[in-house]
Amino acid sequence: MIKTIWPPAPAVATLALALIPAPLAAQDTTSTAEEPARAEGFAEYNAKLLLTNAVSTIDGASGGGISNWATIAGRQESRGIGVQAHVTAVLLPDYFYQSHGVALGIADRVELSYARQNFDTQDVGAALGIGQGYVLNQDVFGAKVRLLGDLVYGDPLVPQVSLGVQYKHNLDGAVAAAVGAADDDGVDVTLSATKLFLSHSLLVNAAARLTKANQNGLLGFGSVADDDYSLQFEGAVAYQFSRRFVIGGEFRSKPDNLGLGEDDWFDLFAAYAPTDNITLTAAYADLGSIATFTGQRGAFLQAQVAF
Amino acid sequence: MLFTATLPLLLMQQAPAENVDWDAEFGVEEVARDPETGEIPVEPYEQSNANAGATPFDGEAMAAHFGGREGIRRIADRFTDLSFSDPRVAGIFAGHDEVRFRRTIFEQFCYILNAGCDYTGRDMRSSHSGLGSRKADLNAIVENLQQAMREEDVPFAAQNRFLAKLAPMSRDIVER
Repeated sequence: MIKTIWPPAPAVATLALALIPAPLAAQDTTSTAEEPARAEGFAEYNAKLLLTNAVSTIDGASGGGISNWATIAGRQESRGIGVQAHVTAVLLPDYFYQSHGVALGIADRVELSYARQNFDTQDVGAALGIGQGYVLNQDVFGAKVRLLGDLVYGDPLVPQVSLGVQYKHNLDGAVAAAVGAADDDGVDVTLSATKLFLSHSLLVNAAARLTKANQNGLLGFGSVADDDYSLQFEGAVAYQFSRRFVIGGEFRSKPDNLGLGEDDWFDLFAAYAPTDNITLTAAYADLGSIATFTGQRGAFLQAQVAF
Repeated sequence: MLFTATLPLLLMQQAPAENVDWDAEFGVEEVARDPETGEIPVEPYEQSNANAGATPFDGEAMAAHFGGREGIRRIADRFTDLSFSDPRVAGIFAGHDEVRFRRTIFEQFCYILNAGCDYTGRDMRSSHSGLGSRKADLNAIVENLQQAMREEDVPFAAQNRFLAKLAPMSRDIVER
């Protein structure tokens, strides 16, 4: 007895598949294989534990407000791509600092960042003869790669370690030259180690930076008298009160190439994630003396969105 | 063209008999759950508390933070429910015996929190072998556990101390 049926017995189906022209067969297999693949892909996005993409440093890299961390920007995990964008303002007695930028995270391995820094000299501009409210601008392009370790998992004593490089391009070379800087471009190299010690709810970060930058590069790089790289240190400690709320402190040492009494930086910060994608940071920052104007302490505020 | 040529082949084939036992035909064996425990039997293995993958806490403070054995039971149950219904990790939990998971995860939590249990499950490497877990999956189940602990009012610092015992297991769990 011969009947026409559908679907045919598996053996015939296999034979038919083999005989069907290749493109048709390929189409057939991908349509079934694509669904789980797409679902898997999405699992890598928005996948990080809350706050583990950190906030954005003033130079655009993932980290604390002023210190570079080994974290990678974006909320992607090992097979996804993530992005974070931020706006930062620092209100100081004699200056107003503002920066904004974006950072791309690839597979929680590589970070590419850009930040634009705008430093309003307000009345100091007039006092220094560069003009009332003169704004110093700088572009910072950064790349960071995670070398080893994991911020949260793995050996509790092995931190996440990342190597970073930042190219800083000061857009006010004339001012930099006037204050005695040797260059208006500079490259920083950072090596950072960061670990969340879960047993104490404590995040600890330590970083070394090779730099020639004067006031982060806003006053150029090096000086005619001292144009060598110096090794500087950055540290941070933060206590996790909840998944969404962290309080900590940071330190960043800086060279004084220009002999203007440039000081090390400190801050005390609180970071809060009202949603999975938004991080709000407020800090009390002590930036010391900037261009001979001492006691620059004030509020550091940042809003960041990350995916 | 080739497709047209094969059409007659597809249309002119013998229909299978109505009452074919396809499971038998393809060698599919039905797994029977143990009538007493309700669990699907597993290959024999050596039972040991060392399989839990972490040393237990000293003292009773941690167990108290988790509401004792009853609290740990509720957290393990809630964690099991959340994880088995979580679309982010559905692919990993799909083939799992939920009954056995619910029991062994409770034993593991209870043992590590020093609440007076023995862990009778398999070790972390073999129990996660071949699941293809990624760090993103681990993060998802950490969030489920955090939710379960939060709902039982476990203080956040105690939650983290417990997670600190589990976090190093990533070395045996994350496969890709």
